[in-house]
Amino acid sequence: MTISESTLPRVAAPPRPIRTRLAITLAAYGGLAAVTCLLAPLVGSTQISLARVFDRSIPFADNVDAQIFFVARMPRVLSGAVVGAALAAAGVVLQALLRNPLASPFTLGVSAGSALGAILAISFAADAAFGPFSPVPLASLVGAFLAATVVYAMATRPGRAMSTSILLLAGVTLNSFFSALILFVQYMSDFTEAYRTLRWMMGDLDLGSFAPILGVMPLIGGAFVIFAMLPSSLNLLSVGSDIAATRGVDVARTQRLAFISSALATAAAVALAGPIGFVGIVVPHLVRLMTGVDHRIVLPASALFGASFLVGCDLVARTVLAPVEVPVGIVTAMLGGPFFLWLLLRRG
Amino acid sequence: MSLTAEHVSFRYDARRESAAEFALHDVSVAVQRGSLTGLLGPNGCGKTTLLRLMAGVLQPGQGSVTLNGGSLREIPRRELARQVAVVPQETHPAFDYTVLEMTLMGRHPHLGLMQLEGPDDIAIAHESLAATGTADLAHRAFATLSGGEKQRVVIASALAQSSSVLLLDEPTASLDLAYQLEVASLLSRLNRDRGVTMVLATHDLNLAAALCDSLVLLRAGRVIAQGPPRDVLTAPLVQQLYNVEADVRFHDAAGHLTVVPIRRAR
Repeated sequence: MTISESTLPRVAAPPRPIRTRLAITLAAYGGLAAVTCLLAPLVGSTQISLARVFDRSIPFADNVDAQIFFVARMPRVLSGAVVGAALAAAGVVLQALLRNPLASPFTLGVSAGSALGAILAISFAADAAFGPFSPVPLASLVGAFLAATVVYAMATRPGRAMSTSILLLAGVTLNSFFSALILFVQYMSDFTEAYRTLRWMMGDLDLGSFAPILGVMPLIGGAFVIFAMLPSSLNLLSVGSDIAATRGVDVARTQRLAFISSALATAAAVALAGPIGFVGIVVPHLVRLMTGVDHRIVLPASALFGASFLVGCDLVARTVLAPVEVPVGIVTAMLGGPFFLWLLLRRG
Repeated sequence: MSLTAEHVSFRYDARRESAAEFALHDVSVAVQRGSLTGLLGPNGCGKTTLLRLMAGVLQPGQGSVTLNGGSLREIPRRELARQVAVVPQETHPAFDYTVLEMTLMGRHPHLGLMQLEGPDDIAIAHESLAATGTADLAHRAFATLSGGEKQRVVIASALAQSSSVLLLDEPTASLDLAYQLEVASLLSRLNRDRGVTMVLATHDLNLAAALCDSLVLLRAGRVIAQGPPRDVLTAPLVQQLYNVEADVRFHDAAGHLTVVPIRRAR
């Protein structure tokens, strides 16, 4: 006789109350993110020392290590952290909303929509400005909303819930559609422009300054304010929309907020660094393996772990074939592609 | 407490005008405080639709559903959830929640935005699990439970809502005989000891006869009879309802009416 895993009672110590778990999670993942962001700028072609970076006795103008740390490398690390956090959190929200662990900004085509918007802005309106804002985040936002609206309309269509296969096919379709338009835009632009956008499409965190990060902060801020309101409703939505409604969740409002916030976060990430794939799938899954599935824990933990994850991937990207830099999107795809297939197999 | 549907009509596709599209047509049902009401009828007769209307998940096209005289439309979702809880036919969470997490979700309408559950909520969840005989499953993954255990945990989650009304959609469907009896006695105990008012949709006529004070017979979206089991659970009405000839008689050992289907009526 065989004893399957499911027949054995899972003997586990009673879990700690949610407050304690949340505090431990924030401390652990927050600590990891802080350490990653502090150590990542130390790695690079020029050796620098952390002690010298923070040596107050040397004026900043004379402290080469501090300049390399803060001016040359920190913007790249911070943009990795912001993009990683945004994509991972958007992945968590979309997965709960669509009751589907395979949903993410990338697989649903929201990233691609956003990328199309950004590419149009980069190619045709790079010099335009709307007040203090560069046109790229705005165009990204329009593209992200366009794609998210299509997914939203399909997902909230009255009648049967959307199956995994339909959802993924819709994502594939949207991705192909937007990719074709992006290719067309590249085809129409001149050679150097086309190379620039091609490189951007592979994901690039090397911004050169803090300004672009500040530029997308309104989008990031808006997204995370909404994210903070969602987790307990997402728990219930992921159990079922009727049960959520009868437990006091305003289902239509929660769905709208979830789509808006994930589109905002995706647009910010894409505007900053191009369409970097798989972060929104890989990170939430790894986090769930470590923390359980309660969204009040998973959402903040994924945001923090997403930050560490992408900074880590970027570290690999700029060191593994040094002095040649691998685009960070290639690194996340090398990790994420097989991971996604493994998830598909495991679910099947 | 009284939950009342008055002259309620509903159709899923409001654009179509033909009467045949009505899921429910001019249905009136009054659920008395502390009662156990059964909704009976063939597949697609509108039982689940009526439950969803009574839960405020759907809004009637015509007529109104009221709780203590106030229209459900006017009652905020959270407020309504503190008074009416629902046990769906099947529950398939997208993620691997533990039994305790599933049960604690019942506390949602009692918590403010971003408020985490406190010791009182956890005590209520454990008490709800104890009441449904699932206390020892608290830290198991919901997905690993058997059908009967899952159903009892979902009932516990609904109990944790501390509502006075429980709407159940085929609570014993897909359960084996032993689990059917178990869930039936659980419902009867909750009704008797806690005074929970219940409305349950079911295909199990014997369960309905054993548990319910009042039955509503629905066919093609219309009420064809309602009243105590002894009045409406008759061979002619069963035949009218399901198109099946049945033997209906009082079973001394069981202590309630029993219905044995004999053959399809011509």
